[in-house]
Amino acid sequence: MSTAEKELAPGFKKELLGSLPSLRAFAYSLTGAADKADDLVQDTVLKAWAKNESFQMGTNMKAWLFTILRNEFYSQMRKKGREVQDTEGTFTDSLAVHPGQDSALDMQDFKKALDQLPEDQREAIVLIGASGFSYEEAAEICDCAVGTIKSRVSRARLRLAEILDVKGASDYVMDANAASIGSRAYSR
Amino acid sequence: MTYSQNKKLKQEGADSNNSASEVSTQISTKLQALYKSVEDQTIPDRFLDLLEQLDAAESNHTKGGHK
Repeated sequence: MSTAEKELAPGFKKELLGSLPSLRAFAYSLTGAADKADDLVQDTVLKAWAKNESFQMGTNMKAWLFTILRNEFYSQMRKKGREVQDTEGTFTDSLAVHPGQDSALDMQDFKKALDQLPEDQREAIVLIGASGFSYEEAAEICDCAVGTIKSRVSRARLRLAEILDVKGASDYVMDANAASIGSRAYSR
Repeated sequence: MTYSQNKKLKQEGADSNNSASEVSTQISTKLQALYKSVEDQTIPDRFLDLLEQLDAAESNHTKGGHK
């Protein structure tokens, strides 16, 4: 029996640990709920550990882990049906821990708007706008074309602008007319 | 559409480009802040424990292989 191939590459655990914060943040954005996000991250860690041999040290572990997490999320969604998505509530608790934000209430509004996006748009805008991936990396993670990611991101931005504009006219000083023209200008 | 109407629309469009990009900036800022608020949280113990357990199982397995 060869035990050598079972051995973990040095640094694997450390890199995995280092990716946990962003994995958790990505999981939150997918599930919309703190407890489900951490369950998803746990499943991802187990999967990643089990198939660590398929990871090439020196390549992008964060992207590799994000791909596993995303696949895990969608396969669980398919198994359990739509009930996996529970957008109301739990996130608020974790936000309350961070009073340093300019306004937690503001952030909750944004979170709700984000949760209203279709999954493909939400993951695209999060990967590009927050996780710091390139369009090419995001396309690889989502197993689609770069152009698809680009159009999902711009549709997501457009949709968020619409939702937030409707919700908080005082925060987004645009009248309805300007908003619609602005949207058109923006969607190019 | 008359020329002047058209011109007026273009003018409004140009004005609203600013506010559209403002909204766009706000969206980016909020998205990043939301993401960061999770990233900045302390990693829950369950993950540190899990990695410890996996590590321990791994070295047990390796030792077992030499028996």
